[in-house]
Amino acid sequence: MPLHMPEADTAVLSRRAEIVRGLRAIVPGEGVIDAVAEMRPYESDGLTAYAQLPMVVVLPETTEQVSRVLALCHREGVKVVPRGAGTSLSGGALPLADGVLLGMAKFNRILDVDFDNRVAVVQPGVTNLGISRAVEHAQFYYAPDPSSQIACTIGGNVAENSGGVHCLKYGVTTNNVLGLEMVLITGEVIRLGGKHLDADGYDLLGLMTGSEGLLGVVTEITVRILKKPETARAVLIGFGSSEEGGNCVAKIIGAGIIPGGMEMMDRPAIHATEEFVHAGYPLDVEALLIVELDGPQEEVDHLLERVAAIAKGCGATTLKDSTSEDERLAFWAGRKAAFPAVGRISPDYYCMDGTIPRAKLPQVLHSMRAMSAAYGLRCANVFHAGDGNLHPLILYDANQPGELERAEAFGAEILKLCVAVGGVLTGEHGVGVEKRDLMPAMFSEVDLAQQQRVKCAFDEKGLLNPGKVFPTLHRCAELGRMHVHRGQVPFPDLPRF
Amino acid sequence: MCTAGRYRFPTFRGSKRVEAMTDIIRPRDEDDVAAAIHWAAAEGKSLEIIGHGSKRGIGRAAQWDLTLDLSALRGVTLYEPEELVLSARVGTPLSEIAALLADHGQELAFEPMDYAPLLGGPAAQATLGGVLATNSCGPRRLKAGAARDHFLGVSATSGRAERFKSGGRVVKNVTGYDLCKLLAGSWGTLAAMTEVTVKVLPRAETTATLICLGLSDAVAVKAMAAAAGSPAEVSGAAHVPAAVASGLPPAAENHDALTAFRLEGVPPSVAQRSRTLAAVLADFGKPQPIDDAASRALWQAIRDVTPFAVPHARSRPLWRVSTAPMKGPQIAAQITAACAAAQVIYDWAGGLMWIMLAESGDAGAPAVRRAIHAAGGHATLVRAPASVRASVDVFEPQDPALAALTRRVKASFDPQRVLGPGRMYAGV
Repeated sequence: MPLHMPEADTAVLSRRAEIVRGLRAIVPGEGVIDAVAEMRPYESDGLTAYAQLPMVVVLPETTEQVSRVLALCHREGVKVVPRGAGTSLSGGALPLADGVLLGMAKFNRILDVDFDNRVAVVQPGVTNLGISRAVEHAQFYYAPDPSSQIACTIGGNVAENSGGVHCLKYGVTTNNVLGLEMVLITGEVIRLGGKHLDADGYDLLGLMTGSEGLLGVVTEITVRILKKPETARAVLIGFGSSEEGGNCVAKIIGAGIIPGGMEMMDRPAIHATEEFVHAGYPLDVEALLIVELDGPQEEVDHLLERVAAIAKGCGATTLKDSTSEDERLAFWAGRKAAFPAVGRISPDYYCMDGTIPRAKLPQVLHSMRAMSAAYGLRCANVFHAGDGNLHPLILYDANQPGELERAEAFGAEILKLCVAVGGVLTGEHGVGVEKRDLMPAMFSEVDLAQQQRVKCAFDEKGLLNPGKVFPTLHRCAELGRMHVHRGQVPFPDLPRF
Repeated sequence: MCTAGRYRFPTFRGSKRVEAMTDIIRPRDEDDVAAAIHWAAAEGKSLEIIGHGSKRGIGRAAQWDLTLDLSALRGVTLYEPEELVLSARVGTPLSEIAALLADHGQELAFEPMDYAPLLGGPAAQATLGGVLATNSCGPRRLKAGAARDHFLGVSATSGRAERFKSGGRVVKNVTGYDLCKLLAGSWGTLAAMTEVTVKVLPRAETTATLICLGLSDAVAVKAMAAAAGSPAEVSGAAHVPAAVASGLPPAAENHDALTAFRLEGVPPSVAQRSRTLAAVLADFGKPQPIDDAASRALWQAIRDVTPFAVPHARSRPLWRVSTAPMKGPQIAAQITAACAAAQVIYDWAGGLMWIMLAESGDAGAPAVRRAIHAAGGHATLVRAPASVRASVDVFEPQDPALAALTRRVKASFDPQRVLGPGRMYAGV
């Protein structure tokens, strides 16, 4: 792999036994794992192309233990990589050879469900779906729903600012988190927000969400819970071209309709999923839209009629309404199984995650077809059409020499194209190690330096999850210098008053 | 405008360097902003950042050397209704943006409030930059979030005089730290924003407002919790006690306590949800619809806290309290018991309270802080004479670890404390 991670600190490695002893004094019994065979499950996350055994795995159970572990690592200059369920698709939880892997799986309790204030207070190791399960008896749910929701943890969702298919209408993680308890690398415990709607002071809650484990370790989370919509219906709309599909999405939004979900798939994705789950998708179309409306029955019926009229006006060749809850779920089953379905038609696949202004979709799909031919690799597309978040799945075979490298180069070219048309490198999977070296395609050195200065405010020694997000690591002292010399700066012509 | 100059501010006219006497700097573009901050940092001067200055009276009563007036940076630079996105320079008046969006059936869903009348200034002066820098919002916060939730991208100049950008122009983006969130609600103390991108949303086709009369604060909060926790999807839930309801604008005034619920959406949906809501509220009386004019007047009055903006109220201190919705009445009762003549308006189903107290040397701060400490949440002293704001914390005091982190975050943008030092916290 051409991936360069921070060089392992031999001084730390030589003190491994002593560090493990120190950790065992904080977390007793099986909470500290240092046998290679037992550490093996932690060597990768969802980005399985990369693997690295950590120096030691620690599984704390209390905030106090997290605080003491981090304080010890801070004192001893040991790096720390936090991990939830390890479902990151960007390598956010990839261990370091000289680092502690801090697994938060034992923080798995729901602490408080408060229906009157419409919040739940949970530990970070609770799964995303676990929150909805805990409140469903009162017809409540937690809105962001990443595809991995059965496994991924809410702590990981906060780290990555996870989205899902319903986030155009209901927002991503950052719009649904109200409070955090977190521990800084120094061991200091900080509380941000709570059960109230807006936190005070600088919005550190907003900053923490999506910070990919580089700023602090979250130990408790307060999330908003919502009443379930009364009903939901989905419609499948097929088009002879992706241009027509993209145009239809724009028209629906232009008409003032924000669907609960609006997903698009291209021909290869449609065929792969239909073969796998028999969702009833039409096979004679180039692009398929799934539009879901949710809310009160009369609203859903009313808006579905309008969506159908818009779709016909855009040249839809098929239009199929879900007539029952089973059928609605079947429509989604195909989309939600798109990744494994593609996994069946190819030994390996590589999932990308750029976001583009939706109007650029035809241009981007066209360029991707050309790249696909040039790299000699197939590509299937699923697309959160409402918000422009693209998930090209590049098909390759890791056993064929050079194919992984070609797939990575293809992926990088797609992401650079996303940035070039006004989009971004990642919509919901995070930068991690995967897109780290592409950051300069989107940000200048000054932009990145400002982000790293913020990192320095939290972690001056750079011990939390180093090697992720930033292509170049700068020392905080170097970033902190400011060169301003009295009388030596040129002043432009400013209006005076 | 200002004529009395205190500082020599070097500028170039053609190739000739001149020394100008000034204490307001009004940059024309991003380059000017960077130059002004660079100069201030080199000279050790502090800058107060303003748009039209409609919220200048909020914050600690600190003194700054010069004013950096960004009102000349104006104009919408990108608006794509079908992409739900708008970019504008920070000094663009909110009224201009609202009018443009309305032409396309869209709006800023977070419903930014107008602070100016509360502070004795003219209405409708806010700029987009000021709205974001103060993280303003309105009754729809309950459903749609605050300014920070709609803030997608920013170009700014830090206190280091470096121009940086964060975010983008797409609604879904996790590339790098979300510095937009940090700048939202930083009150001009981290960076001078120059251009911003926000998410815009379709405006509801219809609005209906139902009101219940005569509920006590405690019962009203229960009714609002029932409504907010129902499938009726209320986009506003507010309670105005009797003493305040008589001060609402004529179309909405009442002699009884008034609890209002707003429903927005397509007509068939609003009709169905009105029935749902009436059933949910059956235990709290029979909610009545009010007409459109009354509805508009009422929600604007709640958004802008109009009853506390009348001339005879403006000398009284005003607190903005954010707490868990069910805690509202408890906090209000504690403060009312300790402070004479306290008046309260509840928004966000009880989670936002505007509390007006009698004039006093400490603005009632000890009682307010005590109540918040017991219940959780935070309080901001939005309105008080400068002498009071000089001696009383305006923003909720932070514990030592959080205060230290706040100082480090400030230093990461503005190490020499050029931008609005002391506006939020002493030493920040």
